[in-house]
Amino acid sequence: MTKKIKNLNLNFGPQHPAAHGVLRLILELDGEVVEKADPHIGLLHRGTEKLIENKTYMQAVPYFDRLDYVAPMNQEHAFALAVEKILKIDVPIRAQYIRVIFCEIGRILSHILNVTTQALDVGALTPSLWGFEERETLMTFYERASGSRLHANYFRAGGVHQDLPKGLEEDIAKFCETFPKIINDLESLLTDNRIFKQRNVDIGVVTKEDALDYSFSGVMIRGSGVPWDLRKSQPYDCYESLDFKIPVGKNGDCYDRYLCRIEEMKESVSIIKQCLAKMEKGPIKSLDGKISPPPKAEIKQSMEALIHHFKLFTEGYRVPKDEIYTAVEAPKGEFGVYLISDGSSKPYKCKIRAPGFSHLQSMDYLIKGHMLADVPAVLGSLDIVFGEVDR
Amino acid sequence: MKSLEDLEKKINSELTTKINNTEIKHNQIYIQTDKEDMVDVAIFLKTNQDTKFRQLIDITVVDYPEQNQRFEVVYLFLSHEFNQRLIVKYSIAENEVIPSLTSIFPSANWMEREVFDMYGVSFKDHPDLRRILTDYGFEGHPLRKDFPLTGHSEVRYSEDQKKVISEPVKLEQNYRNFDYESPWEGTKYIKEEIQNNDKKN
Repeated sequence: MTKKIKNLNLNFGPQHPAAHGVLRLILELDGEVVEKADPHIGLLHRGTEKLIENKTYMQAVPYFDRLDYVAPMNQEHAFALAVEKILKIDVPIRAQYIRVIFCEIGRILSHILNVTTQALDVGALTPSLWGFEERETLMTFYERASGSRLHANYFRAGGVHQDLPKGLEEDIAKFCETFPKIINDLESLLTDNRIFKQRNVDIGVVTKEDALDYSFSGVMIRGSGVPWDLRKSQPYDCYESLDFKIPVGKNGDCYDRYLCRIEEMKESVSIIKQCLAKMEKGPIKSLDGKISPPPKAEIKQSMEALIHHFKLFTEGYRVPKDEIYTAVEAPKGEFGVYLISDGSSKPYKCKIRAPGFSHLQSMDYLIKGHMLADVPAVLGSLDIVFGEVDR
Repeated sequence: MKSLEDLEKKINSELTTKINNTEIKHNQIYIQTDKEDMVDVAIFLKTNQDTKFRQLIDITVVDYPEQNQRFEVVYLFLSHEFNQRLIVKYSIAENEVIPSLTSIFPSANWMEREVFDMYGVSFKDHPDLRRILTDYGFEGHPLRKDFPLTGHSEVRYSEDQKKVISEPVKLEQNYRNFDYESPWEGTKYIKEEIQNNDKKN
């Protein structure tokens, strides 16, 4: 006697705590084995690219904070670099160091969130409690520099908005001394943890070839053993003058990606230390008065400064006709901006290349044949943030 | 290929008629091709030992409504081996159907769905061409230049009907698009005149 068995369709999300945001994942299950996964995205689509086309270059920056909202400044960086390259302006060395410091802080922010919440998804509560305390400290650094914990709006074409307040450098240096111990504590909870390893080792394996075919970048490609990091291979700002290593995985599974993230946090701390040591006093934004607004004090004295201030904040600066693709190594992978300018003060087109988009696309390939319980583990290790996937 | 110049030569000599124009700027190479040749160009770029553009970074479209061939399709490639970036472009008219690259680069799947969703460009032989970013049942293609910034419809929860309903957009205040063109630099017709004079001299 034969019985007909129908596959079960299961909606995972959009209100599932392990979906890391608003993901609707439709799973086709044969018993507990996943046969097919179809992610439905776009629930957080805000039309960022359309909005940017209608704003001046300076007004476009805050939209980048709202993409990957756990590492806002890394995205602003890509946009700032794109505009700088078209305008052909130089960034003062102090501004470069400040930008790199905050990009690395963003990387630590993002990796803490990912490592600890992924651990939470597979059953470990403590890491998130320990890690989030450190995130809070880092976000106060963001706040002291830019005035905001999350949506910084701090980077500008040609530098950063304002200089670091007094005492911030010392406090970041102090953090760099204490933070490695926290990473070790996190590692002592997870790295050799039997349950954590059972849930992650050999789960969601990506081969080198597939990592290339599916346009993976960042930790997703390094976890599979491809030594590729844009900070090294196509250095921008002052990364060339800094000394750091690129951790590379071996097996391409969730566990290797976790290890890569932990090592990257240690490297980030070392990068911040080097920047702090090398940083000297100096200008923090381009000296070109047609691009950087004048200081507030000068506006009260000088007519010229007042006019420039007014023009820069209404019309904005104009960017000559050109097109460019610029990418940075964001915590999640290659974050790129394809910018087309037409000579006016608004971008003609600004296509945002989000790493999470191509990572999530491979969900079906990654999860096929795994158990239902592995879905959160794989999803967690992809490091998905819906702000950037949906744009 | 070691340098971008070598790469440009290589591509021009191997693909000859399939390439309309090449240009190097911003340390990247820009290639103009045709719709019909795109698949061949992509296969060549991916498989050739001297190019090895193994990764398709992104696909996008740029909309120029005033042109006859309205859409410019843009493909961004990356070669890890030679650490080079390459941009391939071709223009199409509004209702043209273009070839899909999903069989060559699996990652093209969602990128093409996004292009379809945002610009309404259809792909031939795409396995699953559905909308991706916009809402279920959405109409129109938001990134086209003639699509208004405010959109056509908005959704809200209706207390009477006890469900989410979609209505035409009603704004308390219209979107204000000020003209900030600098009056000191002259109005548009004067600027054109100055430019023409500059060309003559």
